[in-house]
Amino acid sequence: MSWVVRLATSAALALILTGCGRSAGPAQHAGQLTVGFAQVGSESGWRSAETRMAQDAAKQRGVILKVADGQQRQENEIKAIRSFIAQRVDAIFLAPVVSTGWDEVLGEAREAKIPVILLDRPIETKDAGLYLSAVAADNTLEGRVAGEWLVGRLGGKACPVVELQGTVGSTLVANRKKGFQEAIAKAANIRIVRTQSGEFTRAKGKEVMEGFIKAIGGANICAVYAHNDDMMLGAIQAMKEAGLKPGKDILTVSIDGVPDIFQAMAAGEANATVELAPDMGARALDVLAAYRKTGQAPKFVQTPSRLFLPDTAAAEYARRKGLY
Amino acid sequence: MNGRNLPLAATLAVFVAAYAVCAARFPAFIGTRVPADLVTDNAFLGVIAVGMAFVVISGGIDLSVGAVMGFSSVLISLAVSRWGVPPMAAFLLAVGLGTGFGAAIGAAIHGLRAPAFIVTLTAMFLARGAGFLLTTEAVPIDHPFFRTVQDLAIRLPGGGRLGAVSLVMAAAFLAGGVLLHATRFGNSVFAIGGDRRSAELMGVPVGRTTVLVYAISGGCAALAGVVISIYTRAGNPLTGVGVELDAIAAVVIGGALLSGGVGTMLGALVGVLIQGLILTYIDFDGSLSSWWSKIATGALLFAFIGLQKLIVQLPRLSPRMAGA
Repeated sequence: MSWVVRLATSAALALILTGCGRSAGPAQHAGQLTVGFAQVGSESGWRSAETRMAQDAAKQRGVILKVADGQQRQENEIKAIRSFIAQRVDAIFLAPVVSTGWDEVLGEAREAKIPVILLDRPIETKDAGLYLSAVAADNTLEGRVAGEWLVGRLGGKACPVVELQGTVGSTLVANRKKGFQEAIAKAANIRIVRTQSGEFTRAKGKEVMEGFIKAIGGANICAVYAHNDDMMLGAIQAMKEAGLKPGKDILTVSIDGVPDIFQAMAAGEANATVELAPDMGARALDVLAAYRKTGQAPKFVQTPSRLFLPDTAAAEYARRKGLY
Repeated sequence: MNGRNLPLAATLAVFVAAYAVCAARFPAFIGTRVPADLVTDNAFLGVIAVGMAFVVISGGIDLSVGAVMGFSSVLISLAVSRWGVPPMAAFLLAVGLGTGFGAAIGAAIHGLRAPAFIVTLTAMFLARGAGFLLTTEAVPIDHPFFRTVQDLAIRLPGGGRLGAVSLVMAAAFLAGGVLLHATRFGNSVFAIGGDRRSAELMGVPVGRTTVLVYAISGGCAALAGVVISIYTRAGNPLTGVGVELDAIAAVVIGGALLSGGVGTMLGALVGVLIQGLILTYIDFDGSLSSWWSKIATGALLFAFIGLQKLIVQLPRLSPRMAGA
């Protein structure tokens, strides 16, 4: 029988070594704020940058930030919020992976008197009292900025555009699409001829762009609009492989402002990007600090959506590459 | 002691040891809150694991359950919020469809003599596609019934809160346990998993049992869709991607043999809780990457497969222990 015991112990050890391997120590110090951050995941460079900048901002302010990576699953994020409540953190930051289904768990947070600040994405609820504040960009505005740049750049030249959408089903995608359409609605010379989902990834963006080039021919595409930079980087690859010159034969405009797109712009292979500022954690910490002092917080904090062009690309790349 | 119960003993030992380690580091683990959250947050996985236990013990595999869960959550949310179907009727419809779908899978596996892997993979694509056909976006459910069900939680002393969904999971495990361990049908499941040919020769109704096993699995997956629709008060076609693999891992960690013929319902439950525990620990720590949970689960799976190999080899090494 003794080998049974040995096996059970070694299996337990395996768990301890892998899952519970950190040395014990109290996480909470007197007077220091603890904030739990339920993050969507680490699916893109932007997402990782948001996490890292939130951690840095917390360190500067002497706040303990506990980050839970939801691996893009709502169940995991709900679990994370519950464990933050169980730990009695002072505040919870939530970057929701989907917009629905948060009422119950946020209700529990409210019951435990823990303020919740939403980051980056909105939630759908009838009870706005479930969260203290939301820090986010206006995704429709991002699409509009991208569209207005294209309108200005073309100056009336006829232009068939292909669109690489993000993962179907999110409000983010609907809004980036809507904003762009609003901007080009006034320009009769621009129309979207193809649109398909590239699922926000580089590989899928490349695949879809290859499909577009095969289906309608590279000469019949004048510009690409991608809902994020990663898909655009894939599309740039596809254009190069098809013997086209991205940035010259085909104009590009995308959203997010990740380092690699600045590198592509500096190399003349991309034309424009609209930045989604990744410093939302710092803004949320400021909202929280003000709330703890005055008891008041703005319901919505809008982050800027700035357009970046190749002229500043090299400098912007140097500034960002460490963050991502 | 029966050699075949050893994996279950090891599973229980791992769970207790891991919980003790977590409690030693984070005192919040002691009390009712964390255990109650552990059960509530993993209810959908638990319900799926009940069905998966039948499938694995019968020597099969069911890759369609995550997709069926997603489909059923979408169907329920649309039926309740758009088509005006009463919630209970929507639940029955979903579980009925899931059960029928599972029965068809079972019939295909038995009738076509096709590998379960391929048939259920096909079924997974079908169900996932059908979910997206219904809607491509998350559909929030706004119905007083859902609010009532959510408020049905049992409040434990010490802040713990057992949600209604945890009761559904408990009922599923009880019913599943009785069906598997105390009925003729349960014996047939073990028999065809142990040695299909011998079972057939002994007069076990292999066809009927196979159809029933997959019908139960499909029904459980649809019931998990009911659970997740109550839990998140929304239906989302993206729900449950990869959950089938978590369920298989839970059943195997719980001591079931992937080649069939061995396993317990209690083991599957503990397997689910161990996976939930690993994730809770990582959330509490707040600085570990959540992907450690995958690595820990992988390490555990590996340990248990090794343990099972040993037990299968055991009769040859020591004939005295084989008699049990």
